[in-house]
Amino acid sequence: MIEVKNLVKSFDDKVVLDDISVKFEKGKTNLIIGASGSGKSVMLKNIVGLFKPDSGDILYDGRDFINAHRDLKTDIRREIGMLFQGGALFDSMTVEQNVKFPLDILTKMPEEEKLDRVNFCLKRVKLENTNKRMPSEISGGMQKRVGIARAIVNSSQYLFCDEPNSGLDPITSIKIDRLLAEITEEYQITTVIVTHDMNSVMEIGEYIMFLSNSHKLWEGNSDDIMHSGVQELDEFVFANKMMRKFRDQ
Amino acid sequence: MKSLGKYLLFISSLFKNRESFKTYVKLTLDECMLVGINSIVLVGLVSLFIGAVSTLQTAYNLVNPLIPDSVVGLVVRDLTILELAPTITAIIFAGKVGSSIAGNLGTMRITEQIDALEVMGINSSSYLVLPKIVGTLIMYPLLVILAGVLAIFGGFLAAKFGGVVSTADYFMGLKMDFNQFTVSFALIKSVVFGFLVSSISSYMGFFTRGGALEVGQASTRAVTVSCIAILFSDFILAQLLLVR
Ligand SMILES: Nc1ncnc2c1ncn2[C@@H]1O[C@H](COP(=O)(O)OP(=O)(O)OP(=O)(O)O)[C@@H](O)[C@H]1O
Ligand SMILES: [Mg+2]
Repeated sequence: MIEVKNLVKSFDDKVVLDDISVKFEKGKTNLIIGASGSGKSVMLKNIVGLFKPDSGDILYDGRDFINAHRDLKTDIRREIGMLFQGGALFDSMTVEQNVKFPLDILTKMPEEEKLDRVNFCLKRVKLENTNKRMPSEISGGMQKRVGIARAIVNSSQYLFCDEPNSGLDPITSIKIDRLLAEITEEYQITTVIVTHDMNSVMEIGEYIMFLSNSHKLWEGNSDDIMHSGVQELDEFVFANKMMRKFRDQ
Repeated sequence: MKSLGKYLLFISSLFKNRESFKTYVKLTLDECMLVGINSIVLVGLVSLFIGAVSTLQTAYNLVNPLIPDSVVGLVVRDLTILELAPTITAIIFAGKVGSSIAGNLGTMRITEQIDALEVMGINSSSYLVLPKIVGTLIMYPLLVILAGVLAIFGGFLAAKFGGVVSTADYFMGLKMDFNQFTVSFALIKSVVFGFLVSSISSYMGFFTRGGALEVGQASTRAVTVSCIAILFSDFILAQLLLVR
């Protein structure tokens, strides 16, 4: 479980996150939703330590991450897997080397075991026979899946995904969403997914927090989201015609 | 001034929280290869021609019959060792290797590859930059030696085929009044320049913000600032080590 307590983050004078508190539970797909520019990526980057919050606490299963000693911080980081908005694969390495990388750096596994693990994870994201290709030679959806494989290869306890299906067709999107939900359930990890895709919200949203104007305006699950009574959230949820039709039925 | 402070902090961050020594050795060897392959042809070609042209021009300017022809060899030698090999090569090096370092790190930054390393608990600056700097510190002096040898060889070719000075005179000039300190001086310079180019370019690339446009700008800035730093430190080193 990850607990965020009274998180505040601003850039210069602009407050991007104002007093956000939230709990992300283990074994659940937790979603952060909100309009573009609402601070979703900034929130994720604060949680994983890429930005330093102005104030507030972040607890990984009770372990204070912000004020942790460097060794503990590194320990926690090594339990984190992250899928970045653009995949962030190392472009000088093959698919196989990319997925193997965390094992090379973080473990002392023998080479053969590493390769087994890599192949297992690539199979898990339904990418066989791409081992020797370079990231530039595979499609965006495949890059995202390699990113997921890399994020889970070291048996991460915490999985963060920044818009795992932006720029993908609806079918591939749903596949990736389901994959993330399956992995979360299967390995009982704490998964946090940033998205602004209503399809994902309805498909896999077990816990959802809505970020707007630097505040947490609402939290709940995909059943409640249709009847939140929060105007900003309604605008977000019913922005597309299909959702409006669905509501009016 | 603020950038200078940030630059110094950046350099000190390279030595924190490092990965295993073996990892670094491998990365450094990769960088050595890259640096060498990137620059060897251009550096070689430029040195060869500069040596040849210096020979022709020095000979052309020697109209006084009291000065022996062999002086050409001496002038080309000293010019090459003191200035052409270390400094001109550094400028070329900044253009080739510096811009590629900045472009490479800048791209990694904007595509979040650097963030990905950080999330894995790796000190990204040390992991990415230290091998580049060490690789350059190893390779650049070698390039300078090569440049020096090729420039003097270029001069020899010009003497032989240009007909302005006999090769015997040229060789005699090369050996005349040779001061070994000039070679040490060139090597000191090459270490300083190699460090400046690699660290400045890394700094520019590492702190890129924005998109593809900014990566291009970071590359250009890396070359400009490296060149200024080279010329400035060239002057200071000459003042410190040569002027007595
Ligand atoms: N490094 C930074 N320096 C200054 N401001 C920043 C920085 N990163 C983000 N911001 C600002 O924080 C705000 C939130 O940005 P963020 O990237 O979190 O949005 P987002 O919700 O992820 O949007 P999107 O859905 O488009 O990815 C924006 O106004 C942005 O300009
Ligand atoms: Mg974002």
